[in-house]
Amino acid sequence: MTLGGIDLVALAAMLMVASTPILLAAIGELIAEKAGVLNLGVEGMMIMGAIGAFAGAVITGSPAAGFAFGALAGAGMALIFGFLTQVLLSNQVATGLALTLFGLGLSALFGKGFEGVRPPATEKLDFGALADLPVLGPVLFRHDWVVYFSLAMVVAVWLFLHFSRSGLILRAVGENHEAAHALGYRVVAVRMAALAFGGALAGMGGAYLSLVRVPQWTEGMTAGAGWIALAIVVFASWRVERVLLGAYLFGGVTVLQLRLQAAGYAIPVQLLSMAPYVITIIVLVIISARHRHGAQAAPAALGKTFHASR
Amino acid sequence: MNRRRFLTTTTMTATAMSLGLGKAAWAADPLKVAFMYVGPVGDMGWSFQHDQARLAVDAAFGEKVATSYVENVPEGPDAERVLTQMALAGNKLIFATSFGFMDAVMNVAAKFPDVRFEHATGYKRADNVATYDARFYEGRAVQGTIAGSMTKTNKIGYIGSFPIPEVVQGINAAFIHARKVNPNVEMKVVWAYSWFDPAKEADAATALIAEGVDVLMQHTDSTAPQAKAKDAGIISFGQASDMASFGPTPRVSSTIDNWAPYYVERVKAMLDGTWTSQGTWGGIGTGMVEIGVITDAVPADVKAEAEALIASIGAGTYHPFTGPLNKQDGSAWLAEGEVADDGVLSGMNFFVEGITAQMPQ
Repeated sequence: MTLGGIDLVALAAMLMVASTPILLAAIGELIAEKAGVLNLGVEGMMIMGAIGAFAGAVITGSPAAGFAFGALAGAGMALIFGFLTQVLLSNQVATGLALTLFGLGLSALFGKGFEGVRPPATEKLDFGALADLPVLGPVLFRHDWVVYFSLAMVVAVWLFLHFSRSGLILRAVGENHEAAHALGYRVVAVRMAALAFGGALAGMGGAYLSLVRVPQWTEGMTAGAGWIALAIVVFASWRVERVLLGAYLFGGVTVLQLRLQAAGYAIPVQLLSMAPYVITIIVLVIISARHRHGAQAAPAALGKTFHASR
Repeated sequence: MNRRRFLTTTTMTATAMSLGLGKAAWAADPLKVAFMYVGPVGDMGWSFQHDQARLAVDAAFGEKVATSYVENVPEGPDAERVLTQMALAGNKLIFATSFGFMDAVMNVAAKFPDVRFEHATGYKRADNVATYDARFYEGRAVQGTIAGSMTKTNKIGYIGSFPIPEVVQGINAAFIHARKVNPNVEMKVVWAYSWFDPAKEADAATALIAEGVDVLMQHTDSTAPQAKAKDAGIISFGQASDMASFGPTPRVSSTIDNWAPYYVERVKAMLDGTWTSQGTWGGIGTGMVEIGVITDAVPADVKAEAEALIASIGAGTYHPFTGPLNKQDGSAWLAEGEVADDGVLSGMNFFVEGITAQMPQ
């Protein structure tokens, strides 16, 4: 199926690969922010996930173990952030920025021995006959497991936030930590758990970059993907289904503009180049504006410091 | 400029500054020399090569010089701040190693007349600002010859960073020489609008491969396109650095930027007090551009042809931009036997005839 010389099926398949790192990081950040913590260290957690996964996969020879290491590295970074902001009550914005700087530097240090090394390949899942379906096969059934994992996480997080008691507690903590505390919920514990989850997903997003999408380790290789994930959470007004839309839109337009260039379309390259940012923001802002009903979209306690003595 | 990079690098430079400049010198007044890089020194490409040359300066002069560097400096207002910090920190010679630093260098140089600046790949000079550049297009001519001979789909992919003269020269030189050996060759160009973004470079490579290219050239700084070329089983060329770890395929040859002799020479001029503002444009002949080993994946006759081309360019008997050549719109540029002059090349903003890609305006 081609349109204007571009194979739409191949494009859709590329889109899913290009979007997965941002999607994973954005879902993780969504949970952290829903619990009321603003963690600007996504970039730092992603890059630590990228090197952690790369090192883990190269040393053990197993990409799955690599992803586990990546998740652990991301979660570890998030717990440092959690300790500083939740226990020592440091400023979240400053600590988050510091976490990004720390992650970029530390990953460069750890990564010195891994430049130019090839990671073991992450195999595509085998769906048998399903993979041979026209159109649907290449788009849906010829990916590695992480793509499906990221989509499953979207569903799981949506169910968790809307239909589970713990999801309700998490949101309560994020909306009004004083009230949640008064009801007997352990605000700091909930937030630490949310942060660790967010860090693990950001780490897996970074891992996907270094193990699948690029695949190799290069210093600073996230190149701002963490900031995109942060922005998508805000523009998606903290709704997981919109995060999915935003991440796929961003990844999709990024891939599409490169394909349009390669195909030699006479569209100004500057326009194509800024299209992913502009289109993603416009679409998400329009959706958010239409559904707001006057309510504030951001969790009310987002970024506020909680201390139990008050 | 890529705004994603801006966000990360703005903050990163802040720490890099404090680390780089904290390394105060204790020796008896060594000459302080600073280097500003656009990417990380671990990019294994452009910035890596500049840092290798910095280390060569250290090795050559020992305690007489104290070098420092700041990496990941975005091309924008931040560059001016970093340069100012460098000048205030007592550096007497400052190398700024990316085209986009040009205006920042000119602004800061005007404020610090005692500090000497060296700007890579730019064209603006002042009494205390010298420029230097390498004729990367000479290497591209060699790559074009190999690419044109080896392509089976007759499609060559080129990942450009920004549409600036340095990159445009490379695309033209590669295309002209590919066409010489294979009149059916087409050139597909994708602009990444970034010097260093491995994920985007990888996506660009994937897009070009989907478009059917079987030779990949890059004018961006990371090795991500090499990894994609390897997966796709096509050939590629090392850029800025040898990238030998990707040989014998996909990397069949490379263009290596060797800045070390120039940096050593300029630092020596500073120490001797003979530094003057000048524009240097070195190539294969002066050793500033080196061609990495051509691997056995290249057929012997093609390799011989490429080596003959290297020899003739190095000896100065052949110029890659020799007429007859027309511009993309069909208007005449160079007459039969005429050679492009450096002024036109250093401001090159047009494709030559036969390239179908659009030049971003």
